[in-house]
Amino acid sequence: MPDLSINFAGIKSPNPFWLASAPPTNSGYQVMKAFDAGWGGAVWKTLGVPVVNVSSRYGSVNYRDKRMIGFNNIELISDRPLADNLREIEEVKKYFPNHAVIASLMVQSRAEWHQIVRDVTNAGSDGIELNFGCPHGMCERGMGSAVGQEPEVLRTIVEWVMEVAQIPVIVKLTPNISDITEPARAARLGGADAISLINTIQSIVGVDLDKFAPYPIVDGKGTNGGYCGPAVKPIALNMIKNCAQDPEVRLPISGIGGIENWRDAVEHILLGASSVQVCTAAMHFGFGIIREMTAGLEQYMTEKGFHTIYDMVGKALPNVLHWEELNLKYKVTANIHEDKCIGCQLCYTACEDGAHQAIALREGTRVPEIIEENCVGCNLCSLVCPVENCITMERTDSGTEHLTWKERTEAETIPTTFNDDRAGGLHHWVPEPTAALGKEKHKTLPGKARQLGNPAPATDVVNES
Amino acid sequence: MAEYLPPTTEQEFHANFAQIKPRMNNTEALYESSRCLFCFDAPCIKACPTGIDIPQFIRQINTGNVTGAALTIYEANYFGNACGKVCPTEVLCEGACVYNLQDVKPIEIGRLQSFATRQVIESDRKLFGPGLTNGRKVAVIGAGPAGISCACELRALGYEVDVFEARSQPSGLTVYGVAPYKITNEEVLAEMAYLQAQFGYRVQYNSPITTREDLQALEEAYDAIFLGIGLGKTNALLLPGEERENCVGAVEFIEQLRQHHHRVAVGRKVIVLGGGNTAMDAASESSRLGAENVILAYRRGKEEMGAYDFEYDLAKSVGVKGLFNVAPVEIVGNGKVEGVKFIRTATVDGQVQIVPGSEFVEPCDMVIKATGQAKQTHFLSYIPGLQVDSKGRVVADAYTGQTTNPKYFASGDARNGGAEVVNAAAEAKVAARGIHTYLTSTN
Ligand SMILES: Cc1cc2nc3c(=O)[nH]c(=O)nc-3n(C[C@H](O)[C@H](O)[C@H](O)COP(=O)(O)OP(=O)(O)OC[C@H]3O[C@@H](n4cnc5c(N)ncnc54)[C@H](O)[C@@H]3O)c2cc1C
Ligand SMILES: Cc1cc2nc3c(=O)[nH]c(=O)nc-3n(C[C@H](O)[C@H](O)[C@H](O)COP(=O)(O)O)c2cc1C
Ligand code: SF4
Ligand code: SF4
Ligand code: SF4
Repeated sequence: MPDLSINFAGIKSPNPFWLASAPPTNSGYQVMKAFDAGWGGAVWKTLGVPVVNVSSRYGSVNYRDKRMIGFNNIELISDRPLADNLREIEEVKKYFPNHAVIASLMVQSRAEWHQIVRDVTNAGSDGIELNFGCPHGMCERGMGSAVGQEPEVLRTIVEWVMEVAQIPVIVKLTPNISDITEPARAARLGGADAISLINTIQSIVGVDLDKFAPYPIVDGKGTNGGYCGPAVKPIALNMIKNCAQDPEVRLPISGIGGIENWRDAVEHILLGASSVQVCTAAMHFGFGIIREMTAGLEQYMTEKGFHTIYDMVGKALPNVLHWEELNLKYKVTANIHEDKCIGCQLCYTACEDGAHQAIALREGTRVPEIIEENCVGCNLCSLVCPVENCITMERTDSGTEHLTWKERTEAETIPTTFNDDRAGGLHHWVPEPTAALGKEKHKTLPGKARQLGNPAPATDVVNES
Repeated sequence: MAEYLPPTTEQEFHANFAQIKPRMNNTEALYESSRCLFCFDAPCIKACPTGIDIPQFIRQINTGNVTGAALTIYEANYFGNACGKVCPTEVLCEGACVYNLQDVKPIEIGRLQSFATRQVIESDRKLFGPGLTNGRKVAVIGAGPAGISCACELRALGYEVDVFEARSQPSGLTVYGVAPYKITNEEVLAEMAYLQAQFGYRVQYNSPITTREDLQALEEAYDAIFLGIGLGKTNALLLPGEERENCVGAVEFIEQLRQHHHRVAVGRKVIVLGGGNTAMDAASESSRLGAENVILAYRRGKEEMGAYDFEYDLAKSVGVKGLFNVAPVEIVGNGKVEGVKFIRTATVDGQVQIVPGSEFVEPCDMVIKATGQAKQTHFLSYIPGLQVDSKGRVVADAYTGQTTNPKYFASGDARNGGAEVVNAAAEAKVAARGIHTYLTSTN
């Protein structure tokens, strides 16, 4: 049985799954319910000077039949009285002494920071998370992402906090910045014990086509909000990798962003996170999803022979290189497995219109054929193919050569200006442009409808109201 | 063994004849449309006789453009809603869907099609209108799928169109023949009303064209005449006892059923003669009307039946029993039907042969003959120069629908000998184009 427990920068937790600071951690009632369900920790909904929230405050990106593939909010920090929150933190710790309760904080002045850090420590918090991420509402008041985007200011505030902090301090970073490692380094310089990322991404999830207003709509108007949910995982993973690989950051990382199941969590961990935080998935499906997450993680660790979480933290990092370090001599070519093909021909259109015209249609069969000499091995066809393992990318180089862009640059075997004779292009085969016009002749699209001719459109269509 | 109690009210009738392709709700349509792969050169389009751009309309549904989806459907097929419900989609579009090759349920194209078209019908959204009047007139005989489709297309091209229909309602067998669990009368008639409102052709009901004089009048008043007359009554079997009470033709039985619902009486034990789709329908319908025993009697083996497998499965699912390799020799009874005398058969080298001495009587109190529809050869003989083939089908050019009398065009059952609604809709559109070409080139 693998050991799921962690000691994150001094904060102990029975498993690496924490609820992120958000509506699910708004009250003691919810946090106790979550611990009961199996969550290892909770970062309390951010505490600060009282605010007022609007309604509505959430927007969703629905994709085809999937709801909330992306999610955004224009909510502020906790709008409950500070005293209530402190009392409930104390109560939670009484019932769950071994679970992690982390107080998320956001205030302005040095005095306020000192005061609130002491308050939450007295209430029994196991750690503190500084919210430098909120991309709406608070930043306009000089807090949240306004701080996260100014490494110097961030560092100063971390220093203020460290002056009085007796428990571990995590700095939560905003992704609304071009280089995430800058605020991460500033956090370290300020003396923080750990970082967590990402907070939400400034966004507009959609626009109401009838009301001409962005979602969510408040009395006919809207504003940009913070984006999260499954759709942001790729951005989070990249930022986590950046921080984990930066020699000047070297802090424990709590990974956040798009985690909905054990696989997402493992990905965060393999790129360097040693605890993970979940918000949208818990808001979407409730606390019960933790059962699938812990069970999946446990199964994975058992199968891979990992005994503790730390056996896997950052395991994928050595394989994440800079582009210039990748092997240019490695070649793959698409290969269609005819027995699996269902003849949708999505690969054909994708390669024809979106790649390198390396797939041909054949008379008498709907199974397309790869034109090997044109295939650059881009992978597009295998990504669009709806049948599992129907298009595989097969290695076609000899496996003996290895050459990187970096090596070529150093050996000066590549052009660096247009005036270089060698800059003549890579001789990709491209059909004559006029050939594109001939296509419809041997295809039947868009069907017999066109052959038969369409009826005249309404001549006197009136604007129905 | 009866699964259904005889319905005594309209509600009970609708319960027994519940729609096998019920209407989708918005969520169902969203989920189902999400699955479509948007295949290139999609096989579903090719399998549709009217060539509806299926991936296009499915994607339109998925993006919330249901009106656009209906437009895509109607551009190709004026019986868009009816076809979505009555087409044998299992062997047409849905049968061709690439998901079948992955052993995944194909996209429910038919139901999605009806989802989109019903929404515009109900909202009465104007999608089409007549073309600019070109001063020419065409008479259409028969307001079935062929006649109405032809009328729509001709109106779109600017012709003045008068439709002459023998009965009191439009849509032909769609409302008089198709099984009630496939489509309801209200639904059919709503689509008819919608089309007529869009295109503005005129229909004269209860106006059979029966004589040479009737035809002559049309020939004088119109520039071309379209024959969308379908087929006729059930073929006679020419068996002794066929005249007995409760021995009825399937077409006539179903017509009664479609018009009078639960007020149609059915026997306790019914024998349906035949192995085609109409036989399957008649058997299913008898069972749903509360018959205790329904036997489908066919002169060859099960595999040789003309009906689609799914139609036979549907009949079996409501308790219909098969009796194979038997040929009826007499309808027995005393005034009323009391049974059918059969003789066993064997198929030798593809030929049905009787087994001498194997006669037996299967008792029943109703016989439904689903043994094919007669052709209207007598009526057709009034049209000078009009050729019909040896099976009584109107001979017409495949690309124009023009008959051997250049003024007459034909399509639908009358020409193809009996197929589906979708074939009539597709062929009538071709014929309308043929009429247009004919009338614009002879001038
Ligand atoms: C029992 C049964 C079940 C069927 N089930 C299905 C099904 O589930 N799905 C499917 O797709 N197809 C089904 N079909 C077939 C389908 O109904 C026909 O293929 C289709 O209706 C043919 O259309 P049509 O316009 O050619 O002829 P019809 O629908 O027969 O229309 C002909 C019209 O012309 C009128 N008419 C005829 N002669 C004259 C005249 N001299 N003067 C004026 N009017 C005249 C008739 O009253 C009728 O309204 C079924 C057929 C039958 C018999
Ligand atoms: C494979 C790929 C290659 C791209 N290459 C370029 C590029 O060379 N130059 C550029 O300006 N944008 C490039 N883009 C970005 C696109 O132009 C576009 O800005 C981006 O994909 C967002 O648009 P979309 O998601 O709506 O397609 C590329 C995008 C993709 C997917
Ligand atoms: S995308 Fe896959 S299934 Fe579709 S045609 Fe190509 S290889 Fe076949
Ligand atoms: S890998 Fe790329 S270039 Fe090769 S066939 Fe597939 S889509 Fe075309
Ligand atoms: S074949 Fe099926 S998946 Fe492909 S376009 Fe048609 S309905 Fe969609």
